[in-house]
Amino acid sequence: MSANPDMISPIKLHKELARLWDTPPGWGRFSAVNHTVLGKRFIIAAFVFFSIGGVLAMLIRAQLATSGSAFVGPEIYGQIFTMHGSIMMFLFAIPMFEGFAIYLLPKLLGARDMAFPRLTAFGFWCYIFGGSILIVAMLAGVAPDGGWFMYTPLNSGVYSPGINADVWLLGITFVEISALSAAVEIIVSVLKLRAPGMSIDRMPIMAWYLLITAFMMLFGFPPLILGSVLLELERAFDLPFFDPTRGGDSLLWQHLFWLFGHPEVYIIFLPAAGAISMMIPTFARHELVGYRTIIVAVIAVAFLSFGLWVHHMFTVGIPHLALSFFSAASGLVAIPTAIQIFAWIATIAHGRPRFDVPMLYLGGFFVVFIIGGLTGVMLAMVPFNFQAHDTHFVVAHMHYVLVGGFVFPMLAAAYYWLPHFTGRTSDHRLSVPAFWMIFGGFNLTFFLMHLTGLLGMPRRVETYPMEAKWDWLNLVSSIGGFIMAIGFALFVLDIVVQARFGMPARRNPWQARTLEWATATPPTSYGFASLPLIEDRADRLDPEKLGPALARGDGYLGFTRNGWMETLGVDMVTARPTEVVVLPRSTFLPLWTALAIGSFVLCLLFKFYWLSLLPVAVVVVLFLMWAAATGNREDTPPLDIGHGQSAEVHWQVERPPSWWAMTFTLAADGVVVTSLIFSALFLRVVAPDWPPATAAAAPTAALALAVIASIAAAAAGRFGVGRLKAGASPIAAQAACLLLHVVALAALAAGLAGIDDATRHAQAAMLAAVLGLAALHVAIGIIFAGFGLWRAANGYVSPRRSLDLRIGGLWHDATAVIVLVCVVSGVLLALAAGGEVW
Amino acid sequence: MPGARRAAALAVSLLFAGCAGDHSTLDPAGPSARAVATLWWIMLGGSAVIFAATTAALVLAWTRPRIFGGDPSRPLVLWGGLILPSVILVALVFAAFALGERMIGRSGSTDLLRIEAEGRRWQWEFRYPGAGGLATIDTLHVPAGREIEFSVTSTDVIHSFWVPRLGGKIDAIPGHRNTIRLLADTPGRYGGVCAEFCGTGHTVMRFEVIAHAAEDYDAVLARLAAGEAPEEMPGDRP
Ligand SMILES: [Cu+2]
Repeated sequence: MSANPDMISPIKLHKELARLWDTPPGWGRFSAVNHTVLGKRFIIAAFVFFSIGGVLAMLIRAQLATSGSAFVGPEIYGQIFTMHGSIMMFLFAIPMFEGFAIYLLPKLLGARDMAFPRLTAFGFWCYIFGGSILIVAMLAGVAPDGGWFMYTPLNSGVYSPGINADVWLLGITFVEISALSAAVEIIVSVLKLRAPGMSIDRMPIMAWYLLITAFMMLFGFPPLILGSVLLELERAFDLPFFDPTRGGDSLLWQHLFWLFGHPEVYIIFLPAAGAISMMIPTFARHELVGYRTIIVAVIAVAFLSFGLWVHHMFTVGIPHLALSFFSAASGLVAIPTAIQIFAWIATIAHGRPRFDVPMLYLGGFFVVFIIGGLTGVMLAMVPFNFQAHDTHFVVAHMHYVLVGGFVFPMLAAAYYWLPHFTGRTSDHRLSVPAFWMIFGGFNLTFFLMHLTGLLGMPRRVETYPMEAKWDWLNLVSSIGGFIMAIGFALFVLDIVVQARFGMPARRNPWQARTLEWATATPPTSYGFASLPLIEDRADRLDPEKLGPALARGDGYLGFTRNGWMETLGVDMVTARPTEVVVLPRSTFLPLWTALAIGSFVLCLLFKFYWLSLLPVAVVVVLFLMWAAATGNREDTPPLDIGHGQSAEVHWQVERPPSWWAMTFTLAADGVVVTSLIFSALFLRVVAPDWPPATAAAAPTAALALAVIASIAAAAAGRFGVGRLKAGASPIAAQAACLLLHVVALAALAAGLAGIDDATRHAQAAMLAAVLGLAALHVAIGIIFAGFGLWRAANGYVSPRRSLDLRIGGLWHDATAVIVLVCVVSGVLLALAAGGEVW
Repeated sequence: MPGARRAAALAVSLLFAGCAGDHSTLDPAGPSARAVATLWWIMLGGSAVIFAATTAALVLAWTRPRIFGGDPSRPLVLWGGLILPSVILVALVFAAFALGERMIGRSGSTDLLRIEAEGRRWQWEFRYPGAGGLATIDTLHVPAGREIEFSVTSTDVIHSFWVPRLGGKIDAIPGHRNTIRLLADTPGRYGGVCAEFCGTGHTVMRFEVIAHAAEDYDAVLARLAAGEAPEEMPGDRP
């Protein structure tokens, strides 16, 4: 690496960078957008939720310890197990991995932050507020109580009239916003914000795992969000999507839920597997065996995981032949998983392994996860599933998979990366007994629980008769559970002791060969004082040499200018530097926006529907303020990035991170639209009581106008961009785009108004949903067009600064397609139900 | 091998004989449950071998890597990760498919007796077509030794009809009618439960299956239809 000619001292560089990047003190902490700060906050919050979920688990085990227990009644017990599952899945596992990803990714990739720091903060606040709604509801005694997978009709208005189910649907959906924003951010950060030279085939394996996981989230969460919205619409406005007496179907919920729910298991496991793939090479002192094979295996897992969801629904009455395909696919997914496990074993065999605390915990992972995988294959077999489904066998299996596949690797990861977080070493005193208590307690709790299930004990019963003879098994499980809880308490104690009193660690205490160990430990807010040039695979680096060189400013961007927080954007494949990404400073906007969305959620929860429009308006204004805070009114000449190279500022290139973010967001959006249309089709084909006695009609003329207007709006948007690039004013075209959207919205509103009673039958409700979704897109299109108009009128755009209009253009294009698809589906829905089309 | 497996299965069964209540899938009382129990013991044995082999591979990789030859990734990743699991899975999937076809595929039998089971919060109602509109609550009367097709549905939320000692469960879903075929080998009493969480009464939504000797069955139904107690209950026998 060549020396920077006008080099300043490392201390001075540190001070300059820290002045820009540090989070302000005091109340300013709430304005943090920094990935190191927010990553830690995510992890701590997730652990707090884990503890709450753990206390609930202890209550479950106390209740079930003996037969005929009267510790709590069924009403409370329903809340306890529903909240235990919901917290562990949505408020612990996913946010915990997001926290790890947010903290580690930029450091692994050689960037100074994630691609969208404000989005990180926004996701964090959505998570905290959504999670708090659930916890507060629990303390108030109105927690969700219909099971963490919220089956209908049990959780529909008729059988769950209280606020409990609304708390789940609204609170969890609020939290999902953070999952989706994390997915987009992780994808774009991995693809665009890498160190120069870190081509896609040189990425650290963890980046691959996180990239693939994030794609799975992008496609896996939309069905759940759609399902939750539909169920909340049913509960709030009586639209009968899931009501079998009015053409809805409870199975629709199950499909939407498990279409998310199965990939979810791998979304939780794969990041942990990524962490394992980082730790094993370090302790084996050999690079990962089968780097490419593992990548292929993980991609295979990702694809397969979307084809397995029916194995949660083997007993709902689907024909056996169809079940067999899902059964085979479920078995098949064991193969790429086995490939990963044996690649790790092969890495150990190739190396000179060294034992330390993280490896102890990984030993726990191997044992527990393999057992979970084997029982998973058993459950994938249809005949066995018919017996074991909905029994404690499944409870045991699921805990082996999730605790084995996520908790043990994360505990190992905690000990592995703790010196990075704190700059201190652990003295091992408590970590070993903690492991044995967690590991022993876990197996005591769950191993014999397989048998409890086979002896016929169903899930979710709050008591059982003595004659059933499940007493001793349950007692053993309860004792194991409490031992495990003590083990976790020891773990917490150990971490606190280490963080407070541990000996200061030197750089790279494990002699790892990945980039995150080239930062200072604990890391500075900006991570790297200068960005490295990567000339080898990113798990073959020498952090001891690289770290001081980067701190000296030897790499790229080893300086500050304009008071900008800069990092490099690269070509996705080759990692050639293409742009200087200017990141936003600390700001309270994410907090305010999440608060506004929180108020919206609370309005819905307490059924103040008209009042809820107010926070919606605030959210729109706040998001416009986010967008308005970036960009420039003048063209910026190419910027020096060091090493004698230069690059454009990101808003002057064709495809900067924000352009990709919009593209991936639209991909997730496309999944929502597709899921909704398939839902309509599903009801038409499977649900009872079709076609309806009186079908809702589709006003073809109005709907055709909506299609034409939104296609014209997209064309006008494109024309405007063309004009701008040719040096002319885009204002007239942008105004036309806006007006055409307004026309389309009015036409869709007319179509919606034509549905006289959407509560009568699911056909009418689906028609309303399809047209409503189209209208929502058009309404957002109006906002984009208006924003573009404002930017154009105020000199924020130029032939070189067309990004604002092009991002809007992506939305306008997508909206045109979506309106077309929705209208066609709506018309078909009317025709297929025998409704008139006029 | 099958002999040894049976012996092992027997030993484990005996170990848990004292704890097998009348809900145990491992104490089957019909062909369906028996086939699944057999499948379970086979899978358990296979899993134990796979688990032991994988753990051994891990321990050997740590302590004696030479055992895997000059390039350990070939035997481990190729054989352990790809080839062996594929072979095992293909065999297992086909065996399970064949078994599933017998259990829940279309039936070849013409001698099917139909009984309707309807779940509602929180009880089961059983109706016996051809028995004079007879309906029983939470007690199901079946003839032993004869295959019965249950037509299962619900009038409110989702329940699941499950008699563990006879065979698998099937969900009772409002608006849908699912079927499952079960057969009890001998007269006796078998526990049944609702397996799908259905609200606060889920735990108590139990029922009892009474299998009568086939020759007595019509008489039992007739007496029940007339509002009398069936004189002789199989479980009451000394
Ligand atoms: Cu039930």
